[in-house]
Amino acid sequence: MASGDGTPEQLLEKADRWREVIGGSVHDSVTASIYTTASQVASEVVTTESDADKSSAVSWLDRLVTSRLLGVPFMVALLAAVLWLTIVGANIPSGFLAGLLMEEGGLASWCHEVLGVTLPASVSVSLLELLRQAFTALHSPWWLTGFLVDGVYLGLAWVVSVMLPPMAIFFPLFTLLEDLGLLPRLAFNMDRYFRRVGGSGKQALTMAMGFGCNAAGVVACRIIRSPREKLIAILTNNFVPCNGRWPTLIMAASLFVAAGYSAVSMALVSAVAVTVVALIGILATGLVSLLLSKTLVKGVPSSFALELPPYRRPQILRVLYTSFIDRTLSVLWRAVVCAAPAGGLIWLLHAIPVGQGNLFDTIAAILDPVGRAIGLDGIILLAFIFAIPANEIVIPTVIMGYMSLGHMAEIDNPALLFRENGWTILTAVCLMLFSVLHYPCTTTSWTIWAETRSVKWTLLANLLPLVLAMAVCFMVAQAGFRFESVLDMF
Amino acid sequence: MKCPNTSGMTLDKLSLGESAYVASVGLDGTFRHRLLDLGFVPGSQVTAVLRSPDGGLISYRAKGADIALRRADAAQVRIATALRRQEQWSARQGGSTKRPGGRPSSVEVDASSPHEVPVVALAGNPNTGKSTVFNALTGLRQHVGNWPGKTVARLEGSWSYQGRGFRIVDLPGTYSLLSDSPEEEIARDFILSAEPDCVVVVADATCLERNLNLAFQIMEITPHVVLCVNLIDQARAKGIRVDAGRLEELLGVPVVTTCARQRRDVARLGEWIDRVACRRVVPQPVRVRYEDHLEQALKDVADDLDHLLPRVSSRWMALRLIDGMDAGVRQWVSVGKPKDLRAPSDRPRCRSCAACRA
Repeated sequence: MASGDGTPEQLLEKADRWREVIGGSVHDSVTASIYTTASQVASEVVTTESDADKSSAVSWLDRLVTSRLLGVPFMVALLAAVLWLTIVGANIPSGFLAGLLMEEGGLASWCHEVLGVTLPASVSVSLLELLRQAFTALHSPWWLTGFLVDGVYLGLAWVVSVMLPPMAIFFPLFTLLEDLGLLPRLAFNMDRYFRRVGGSGKQALTMAMGFGCNAAGVVACRIIRSPREKLIAILTNNFVPCNGRWPTLIMAASLFVAAGYSAVSMALVSAVAVTVVALIGILATGLVSLLLSKTLVKGVPSSFALELPPYRRPQILRVLYTSFIDRTLSVLWRAVVCAAPAGGLIWLLHAIPVGQGNLFDTIAAILDPVGRAIGLDGIILLAFIFAIPANEIVIPTVIMGYMSLGHMAEIDNPALLFRENGWTILTAVCLMLFSVLHYPCTTTSWTIWAETRSVKWTLLANLLPLVLAMAVCFMVAQAGFRFESVLDMF
Repeated sequence: MKCPNTSGMTLDKLSLGESAYVASVGLDGTFRHRLLDLGFVPGSQVTAVLRSPDGGLISYRAKGADIALRRADAAQVRIATALRRQEQWSARQGGSTKRPGGRPSSVEVDASSPHEVPVVALAGNPNTGKSTVFNALTGLRQHVGNWPGKTVARLEGSWSYQGRGFRIVDLPGTYSLLSDSPEEEIARDFILSAEPDCVVVVADATCLERNLNLAFQIMEITPHVVLCVNLIDQARAKGIRVDAGRLEELLGVPVVTTCARQRRDVARLGEWIDRVACRRVVPQPVRVRYEDHLEQALKDVADDLDHLLPRVSSRWMALRLIDGMDAGVRQWVSVGKPKDLRAPSDRPRCRSCAACRA
């Protein structure tokens, strides 16, 4: 075979001919040669202190996490522990922020309860009260004060005081676990579950990322090779609660499911309740994956190889610091961009008279029958509509919806406010279920579109959860009503 | 390559804690290549270490790293309980190296870099702390986008050393450059066509052997390589020591051991990146010796390629052409260098320096 000059075509032909001569797989041969060399180099360069035979050593944590009996319970307990820490840790900052920003009397009651200190009356005033005084002093018209203070500011204040602390605590804890290296172990344990429902073991990884943020979970689906399994993972990522939904679940659980328990066990019961709801979400992920793989997204399962990197000691302080700051800033930003305008809009709707009442009540009344049928009410439903851009504003919007113009007394005691508006434990349960199962937020929807480039799948990603959420809440509500009326008979 | 001692034992039958040697890998296609790249090559030792609660997945230790496989897939890998001494694996499969010897030498500066601002690529296996190295070098001056035509994230940033500016591109984590996953295509194409001035291969000190697979492949494409042996603190904690000096001699490229969280180490790495990227040092990496037939073929085809495409590593290209699985390389030879992977023209958006804010 002549060398030197030659056209590209001749070169390609030559290469093809050589391939036939060699026979077998060039890739195999090359890899084998490279590894033989690598072996030789490594044997000269790498030394291991072998006091014990390390070739099959496995860390105790791995033994625990993958153990037949304890593995799955351990992971569930870990989730519950993280939620418990979130609940307990968020209590005091929440109280502080609520007092500072909104409550009558400002920080007086918080200082008294938490620090045992009595504040002088001159500083026992909240920012809300100060703003009102300022606006009045400037002779601002009622509608401007109302819109800006009772609407925009209050919307911000609710999200910051009630939603921010749990979010700022949960996310760093979650990131710590991620940094430690637990996520691949999660996929290791759940591969069979996901394979059974037609997905891939890696779906466990993307689902776990969804606990932090659903949009991030959708992006993480890129690690799934098979387009079919990737689509299923994208479409079902929404069924696990994201960082913005944990506070909603926590609040509903603490105020209603754990009501009546002592202060100490309240946090524990709430944590358990939220964990159960999260598990329901995982169940929903499985069921919907199964449904999709049997109908719209059929195909055969793919192979996979999962690397289990060794556990890494996370840089605790650095992770806590950066994710805490990141998360706090990002929640504040979303509060400004979504909660403040929502608050303003609610106030506006309350202020526009329609017949005997106002526009807000009218809209809520239209939605009410649908809401009641699924165990909620019109205002809660309206709140979920408002919360399409940001899941975390559901509870604040419900609270502001219930509070009529300028009414301040119930700020200290949201539970009372809810009960006055007909909430029972059933309402709280339906709220939690709806929150976990409903459509994704706009960021996630946009991300789904960006990843799938398909309007059809993006629409399905919104409609399917909505239908599921409504169906499940309907069944639970109807069963609950029957149960309640049976109980009433006694 | 089949090991004659096939007693019918397959990988899934291995009990926890037991070891064996890989005899042959069944299966086919991408997954098979993936297994080989991960270190399940005939002749290497594997140990079963962990089983999932339901028993469906088993984790095997191969080349120092743990890889979990499904039972059905593990059943496709034949194993042998002992290597026969008479089997001269090395001779049949090639594998010794042509050693140029000595430390990287200072050579006449080759001034023909195609870039205004030197481009440095970071490559490496997944989970080697590559992103820590990237962050340590670029700080906040990063820009995230997508590789053209693919949904794989592309991280780019700027780094400066002694007043000189560099552009750093973080390539997707890959186990090798020989297979056809999107990440590997991206990494390979970038190194080939964008001609980075330096490629930093970030390796995990705790499983160096497996990481050397990628390192050797990259060294085949370009000589301007710095090997960063990262996670050295974790290795030390496991009682593993790496002799960087000897490694340098054996490989023919600069070797820097780092714990990417230590500034000192990153500074040393930066020094070497600067030297290699600015051509003050031109490494002479070793060549892996392949099977005899393949070596002949390479020599023949590479000679022609030298004339056709003088700027590109002809040995590598010849390898891909003979392998026949790489459509991109065939296209390159017949049509020309692909356009969309040349060094990016959009500037990374950094948030700190005045030049970028302007």
